[in-house]
Amino acid sequence: MATILIKNATLASGSVTDITIDGETITAVGTGLSATADTTIDATGLVALPGFVDLHTHLREPGFEGSETILTGSQSAAAGGFTAVHAMANTSPVQDTAGVVEQVMALGQEAGYVDVVPVGAVTVGLDGKQLAELGAMAASKARVRVFSDDGKCVSDPVLMRRALEYVKAFDGVIAQHAQEPRLTEGAQMNEGKVSAELGLTGWPAVAEESIIARDVLLAEHVGSRVHVCHLSTAGSVEIIRWAKAKGINVTAEVTPHHLLLTDELARSYDAVYKVNPPLRTQEDVLALREALVDGTIDIIATDHAPHPIESKDCEWQAAAFGMLGLEIAASVAQEVLIESGKSDWSRVAQVLSQNPAKIGRLEEQGQEIAAGSTANLVLIDPTAKRVIETSHSKSENNPYRGLTLPGAVKHTIYRGYATVTDGKLAAKGRN
Amino acid sequence: MPSRTVLTDGDIDRAITRIAHEIVESNHGTKNLILLGIPTRGVQIADRIAQVIQRHYPDFDANASVGRLDITMYRDDLNLHPNRAVTETTIPAAGLDGAVVVLVDDVLYSGRTIRAALDALNAHGRPSVVRLAVLVDRGHRELPIRADFVGKNLPTSRDERIRVQLTENDGETCVVIES
Amino acid sequence: MSQLKHLLSANDLSREAAIGILDTAEEMAGVNARAIKKLPTLQGKTVVNLFFEDSTRTRISFELAEKRLSADVINFAAKGSSVSKGESLKDTAQTLEAMGADAVVIRHGASGAAQKLAQSGWIEGAIINAGDGTHEHPTQALLDAFTIRRRTFGVGNSAGRGLDGLNVVIVGDVLHSRVARSNAILLNTLGAQVHFVAPPTLVPANAANIQAQIHYDFDAALAEVQPDAVMMLRIQSERMNASYFPSEREYSRVWGMDSTRLAALKPGALLMHPGPMNRGLEITAVAADSPNSTVLEQVSNGVSVRMAVLYTLLATERI
Repeated sequence: MATILIKNATLASGSVTDITIDGETITAVGTGLSATADTTIDATGLVALPGFVDLHTHLREPGFEGSETILTGSQSAAAGGFTAVHAMANTSPVQDTAGVVEQVMALGQEAGYVDVVPVGAVTVGLDGKQLAELGAMAASKARVRVFSDDGKCVSDPVLMRRALEYVKAFDGVIAQHAQEPRLTEGAQMNEGKVSAELGLTGWPAVAEESIIARDVLLAEHVGSRVHVCHLSTAGSVEIIRWAKAKGINVTAEVTPHHLLLTDELARSYDAVYKVNPPLRTQEDVLALREALVDGTIDIIATDHAPHPIESKDCEWQAAAFGMLGLEIAASVAQEVLIESGKSDWSRVAQVLSQNPAKIGRLEEQGQEIAAGSTANLVLIDPTAKRVIETSHSKSENNPYRGLTLPGAVKHTIYRGYATVTDGKLAAKGRN
Repeated sequence: MPSRTVLTDGDIDRAITRIAHEIVESNHGTKNLILLGIPTRGVQIADRIAQVIQRHYPDFDANASVGRLDITMYRDDLNLHPNRAVTETTIPAAGLDGAVVVLVDDVLYSGRTIRAALDALNAHGRPSVVRLAVLVDRGHRELPIRADFVGKNLPTSRDERIRVQLTENDGETCVVIES
Repeated sequence: MSQLKHLLSANDLSREAAIGILDTAEEMAGVNARAIKKLPTLQGKTVVNLFFEDSTRTRISFELAEKRLSADVINFAAKGSSVSKGESLKDTAQTLEAMGADAVVIRHGASGAAQKLAQSGWIEGAIINAGDGTHEHPTQALLDAFTIRRRTFGVGNSAGRGLDGLNVVIVGDVLHSRVARSNAILLNTLGAQVHFVAPPTLVPANAANIQAQIHYDFDAALAEVQPDAVMMLRIQSERMNASYFPSEREYSRVWGMDSTRLAALKPGALLMHPGPMNRGLEITAVAADSPNSTVLEQVSNGVSVRMAVLYTLLATERI
């Protein structure tokens, strides 16, 4: 394989350095490296971070290839600076057997833009009735460690308890989509002032918070770890903070859209803003931002959810829930952590790379940029300002269109292969 | 905008008086006579005419014989302008069937207002005869419509504007041409 | 006053515009009292009644209004929707546009459907919201306001007036009522004070942006407010099955309009209902048929008001 020399990159620590890569590995990190390399990248002014890891993506394949495929989703991920994504299990067939998860992993390898790590369903068919073969999926080639019924909540408390206990056997984690189903029947948007005016059925914050409260207590009781998907309310933040203070092994994620957008956008009745959990109030946004800075929230995960045009260009009630996110996650992280002055690039690296890799137990992702690490890197131009328009996703349900966001991914290096060069996606994957 | 007064308070008074007498003369009396003013100033002129008639012919009940006919919804140019407000239509209690209806307006120009008024009349009854009284005829007819009773013929060019002022509406009474 | 292009929400109407429509409706009511109930005003215009929800009464009201203004009327009872995988709203709209609709009166089960239609660019013509989900029903609010105004000031004495200083109490399932929402907005625009009376389960959890005082006790509200008009909303039994209230018996006892509450109203107070009524549930037969009741005149006023709305939106240059 090829060799790469990256010159004058700025690490999260602030020091400027060179990086050499040979094949899949970083061979040296230091100043004044002069090696002849197949490719040289002038990284002056660019920030070098470990390649991003998304703990929550919907790649839609198998079954919903009209919205996205593993190939197009991987491409969108690479464009956003990701070198690994966890593909959620709500495909068709559902990712609830070793066979399906191995197939998803294989398709990811064939595409060759990111590590596609399949998430295993907690219950068969996501029906919430019977545990799926978690052990088989863990032992399969896909080495599943993260299990989730995302899209749906594991609402049966006994089932959730069993799942939390069962995954201890292979260091797995249950990632819960916290949504009490009875409190959210027919829900369309956040229950609040705006929903009262718009006549849309509300999705109350307590439906999320009550499940999280239950699950952290269960995790404590059985001595397991639990992960909470897409935190969206200030109340949920308080519960996580309390749980962590008690020493409960819980991790939490937040999406880019919950860090930026509010339910006021629903006034347009434009279903591009329809998502589950819904956009909340400005108070919630501020609480989530604070939690991302102070460590209560461990990671940013995109919940990238592509949908075809006919599922969004219609009346709100008939529209599907979900937004794109892979290509703006880094910009939102920069907005919340850097532009605000509240944190630094080390924190960006933690929330977008190191922590998600740790939760997913990925050994070759989220590593320190040092000799011997796998060459998964992203180089960002922090001074760029982008007006968000198009994306590489097959779908167009992009709520950020027209917004100006900071930062741009200039280069993404996936296992030593440049998937993005000078902001342009490589035509082929690494295989 | 340069303007000149073409009719004074006194001129208008005399014209209205003459019109009132002409109406009664052509009708051989005041029987079945109904005056319908076209809003806004046509209504005030109709009132003035009726007052004159009543002064000279006490049998004529001005209050019971004057009405107003709003023609907004019968106009042929609704799609060429912003939406117009619709005002009240009042038809005298005796109704229009068999009546001698005199439509009254301040200025006769293209004739389209009167065409609309004739359509509006249809909805309220079947007069035995319909006549038209106007204070000013400024020419430039676009339809075959003519006035039976005219206060003053004022030939004008199309880029001139005629302004009729009546005390009840505008504080003073006169007719002004603006070019 | 800027030209109104659509009527999607009571919020679209400034005080001036609302009074203008009510005044125009007075003249339309005059037409409706004549032997020949016809005006040529919308001749040659095509109006489509696009009803995704069954509603014979509202549809007939609009149809009468359209025909009295000489418009050509198309009734499109849309079966199925995007939800039931019938023809989508988009396809239906584009089909109507291809046929040349000057205006579309839409009644749909999804909140925001009228706004979606107006903003999508699928249709060039005027959109009139005849009820979208639980969101709004602006022409209902207009005919309710018209009814209150006429009864309060008298026929021939209402022109130019708002409803300043009047107290209106709206009783029933406010949470799910588009009639309540539109009325709250329009009544406030016209200067009235709005009060809601409902069980706590049927009021929005966060009504901060809704300009109405909320009461749970009907009798206390009547005594305290001394309303000029009480508007009863239809209660749906499905709500009972979703545990919004325990039984029809309890609901009608606590929040129903009966003879006792009717007697507690001040003289001349109006008893209103958008219809259709559940006699015996939210309103007793005696109350419904009392002299205070405006139910039937609301129906005839509905035609006049809808004629006024159609006139205001369509008898104008298209921008």
